Amino acid sequence: MNWFLRNWDQVAVALGEHLVIAGSALAIAFVISLAIGIAAARSQRVFDAAMAISGLLYTIPTLAFLALLIPVVGLGKANAIICMVAFSLMILVRNIATGIREVPAEITDAARGMGMSAAEILWRIELPLALPVIVAGLRIAAVTVISVTVVAAYVNAGGLGTIIFNGIASDHPPKIISGAVAACLLAIAVDTSLAALERQLKSRHASG
Amino acid sequence: MLIDAWRYILAHPDRFGDALWRHVTLSAAALAIAATIAIPLGIWLAGQARLALVVINATNLGRTLPSLAVLALTMPFLGTGFVPSLFALTLLALPPILINTYTAIRQVDPDVIDAARGMGMTQREITRRVVVPLAVPVIAAGVRIASIQVISGAVLAAYIGGGGLGDFITAGIAMMQLPLLLVGAVPATLLAIGADFLMGRVQRSLRPRGIA
Repeated sequence: MNWFLRNWDQVAVALGEHLVIAGSALAIAFVISLAIGIAAARSQRVFDAAMAISGLLYTIPTLAFLALLIPVVGLGKANAIICMVAFSLMILVRNIATGIREVPAEITDAARGMGMSAAEILWRIELPLALPVIVAGLRIAAVTVISVTVVAAYVNAGGLGTIIFNGIASDHPPKIISGAVAACLLAIAVDTSLAALERQLKSRHASG
Repeated sequence: MLIDAWRYILAHPDRFGDALWRHVTLSAAALAIAATIAIPLGIWLAGQARLALVVINATNLGRTLPSLAVLALTMPFLGTGFVPSLFALTLLALPPILINTYTAIRQVDPDVIDAARGMGMTQREITRRVVVPLAVPVIAAGVRIASIQVISGAVLAAYIGGGGLGDFITAGIAMMQLPLLLVGAVPATLLAIGADFLMGRVQRSLRPRGIA
């Protein structure tokens, strides 16, 4: 606890770095997944192929994935972000595609009857109605990405993992505990706030 | 580079074999302990509505904790080596198995249970011969998720002296020897994909006959 009180600024900087890396990975993953997810919602074959490939990527152990990327992109943030994007694809694509598919056909039929174009139906009807399911996916992906970022400190990406690794290297338990507890609290905070958002979106839908 | 990695394995079969064996035993032991605790606990919790709410919510939070943070946190308390790694990996394997077991039991159709009661089955018989067999595929799915997490976590165990294939990766990164890095990374990846495939087969074969 003393170490933390003396070095809280160091932890705060690492926390900020952690959020930036995890946030940018999530943003990139979301844009890619939105494109694949929309295509997968329309075609079962695209859905099956996307699930098979992204499921395989999801199975690869984090540290092994980061290591396999070193010969290709070297050490640093790019390595970490590619790895995180690959890990989030399965969850995001699955939830985006499922969310769009669950929109009742009567609603899209009615929208078409009102003269809406396919693009209008997608942006103004399907995606807004799919939002709770999409946010649920975003929540799981966010937690995954935060967890991967901890490990990514080992390939010099920065973040809270740096404090943990420095603590392990110098055999300094207070440092290890500060880094690890901060990472755990961050994951819990992000998970609970996105869960709250998810509930709010669901109740808004339920009330019309 | 892959050829160099392959040469390294051929030149040091003992070292590679030990690391692989350590990785498999560490993962399998963690998974076995977690399943032994979480499956009976999940079945029992399914009948305790109020307590279950607390435990399942706590377990859901436990699921969000970063693997490396959990491993790192055991070190100041339990030290380094096999046992602390086993402890941390068991903790990581518990949530998916517990949540899937609980959900699986709760999902069983109440009509099926009523029918079993109508046939004169006791509560014990209903649990053992109706509810659990129907729940097994979902429980197996939980074990499958946990096994992937444990194999992935076992790579990280190298940091707290747990050994396994992660040792080659950390040494490879430290010395910037790319072939050495692949000696750890490629087999670890194949191990995870292989385990996922195998557990998928087990999961399908456990589906009770006659149930769609």
